[in-house]
Amino acid sequence: MTIKEIRERLKKKEFTSSELTRFFLERIAKYDGEIGSYIEITEGTAIAMAEEADRRIKKGEDGKILGIPLAVKDIICTKGIETTCASKILKGFIPPYDATVIKRLKEEGCVLLGKLNMDEFAMGSSTENSAFQITRNPWKKDRTPGGSSGGSSAAVATGLCVASLGTDTGGSIRQPASFCGIFGLKPTYGAVSRYGLIAFASSLDQIGPMARNVTDLAILLEIIAGYDPYDSTSLPFSPPDYFSFLGQDIKGLRIGIPKEYFTEGIDRDVKEATTNAIKLLYDLGAKVDEISLPHTKYALATYYIICTAEASSNLARYDGVKYGLRIEGKDIVEMYKKTRLKGFGKEVKRRIILGTYVLSTGYYDAYYKKASKVRTLIRRDFQDAFRVCDVIVTPTSPTTAFKLGEKIHDPLKMYLSDIFTIPANLAGLPAMSLPCGFDSENLPIGLQLIGRPLEEETLLKVAYVLEKEMKVKTIPDEYLS
Amino acid sequence: MKTKINEETVKYLAHLSRIELTKEEISEFTYQLDTILKYMDQLNELNTDGIEPTSHAIELKLSLREDQRGPSLAQEETMMNAPQRMGPFFKVPPVIETEA
Repeated sequence: MTIKEIRERLKKKEFTSSELTRFFLERIAKYDGEIGSYIEITEGTAIAMAEEADRRIKKGEDGKILGIPLAVKDIICTKGIETTCASKILKGFIPPYDATVIKRLKEEGCVLLGKLNMDEFAMGSSTENSAFQITRNPWKKDRTPGGSSGGSSAAVATGLCVASLGTDTGGSIRQPASFCGIFGLKPTYGAVSRYGLIAFASSLDQIGPMARNVTDLAILLEIIAGYDPYDSTSLPFSPPDYFSFLGQDIKGLRIGIPKEYFTEGIDRDVKEATTNAIKLLYDLGAKVDEISLPHTKYALATYYIICTAEASSNLARYDGVKYGLRIEGKDIVEMYKKTRLKGFGKEVKRRIILGTYVLSTGYYDAYYKKASKVRTLIRRDFQDAFRVCDVIVTPTSPTTAFKLGEKIHDPLKMYLSDIFTIPANLAGLPAMSLPCGFDSENLPIGLQLIGRPLEEETLLKVAYVLEKEMKVKTIPDEYLS
Repeated sequence: MKTKINEETVKYLAHLSRIELTKEEISEFTYQLDTILKYMDQLNELNTDGIEPTSHAIELKLSLREDQRGPSLAQEETMMNAPQRMGPFFKVPPVIETEA
């Protein structure tokens, strides 16, 4: 059922938001022990919000998601609700304000079921870097749900919320959406306010929706997108009626297939499913052409220089003074060092140290400045490509969900799992992942669509057509009941 | 290939970053950062002379507004997560040496 259908049934009083919320809370109690997608279940808040929604529905009031139970990644500030970023350093942190996206969801009447697990400070591709728990892939429990929004993807795929919000710095919405067989959209940089989003790499981070269908993505995007004076990087635009693009045909749409994305290292099943989806687009009237994004192979190195540099600066604020953990020391420097030793996990420390290195005297030009220049080349590749095509189609990830523990001790190997998603972040482009089939082990395969800046509607339009044609299952049988 | 980074460098970077590392972390990070930095060196294959760096993916205009007073968080709210406080102040160990 889509949000739109649930809203209709709430309006017709077939059930109440309180009943719906209790249904989800019961499912969380029943299944989340084995999945581990929630860090915190806000049962009391959820029931109170649902009762308020029921009162509003009774009065005939409307809201785009009035009475709909959602959950959000624990990197987004929620007033009065603990927000930890899955880090020991923020354990116990209660934000005194709501992030802009939360404020907007509340204004439209959402019910907040809880906060979802993630890699600490969104650094990781498997959700194994959470300081509190690992999350399992509902399709196969010895696999990762992807990361860093692994809690957000697993909760949606297990049916433990209607939809969720995740964040995407280098693929953290799309890769977990792909691994868990759901839909996830990273909006254009600046389209969604980052106010109240705990910063990892400010020039790359974006908040976006994750759901089991395209309609829900469109509804949520419409709510959270748009200018926000509280974020100086917010774009001055009003989101279009995304919903109106769903169902439009794609005749004549120009699809670009970048040859650099179909090289060795990509699973045979992934390649086959992607090719089938492209063929389907062709059969539906789209024009398909091979294109080239020549600097693709440099994107990963560029990304890890830029994101670690920004992280080392952003994470300097965790010093044990204003909030979070504090470990005492004989002087202030020792206090900082001990606090950060105890508070941060390995991946976070590794990235801060690397970021400090690439920004340090003597290496700044060789690494950070060089990467910023290559970022320009990567952006230009896309600008050139979008002269000859309207949408770029690629696999979301070269593989399906890998095993828990498989890459955790080899950071470079882990980083490589985001190789197809990273370029869109460097260029600030909207991109999404949608399910396009299963591999021989019944693990979901994701298809990535990349669009021009602020052309999310084109991605939604294409994804909607594929969703209707392919009818890929988005929830494992064991969680259907 | 020549090693780019050694344990002394990692210790120095940890000091600059104000993070204490365990012995195991120092040795693990030295090896891993060396591998990652060597991977990053592939950027040197590209000639980037005359290319403008991109620090942001969108064309950002300087975002300024009128200096008008608006609502802000109350002092109590901004301090509510402080690990240690003294009245309306955050309390930290001495940063200036004092005579005994």
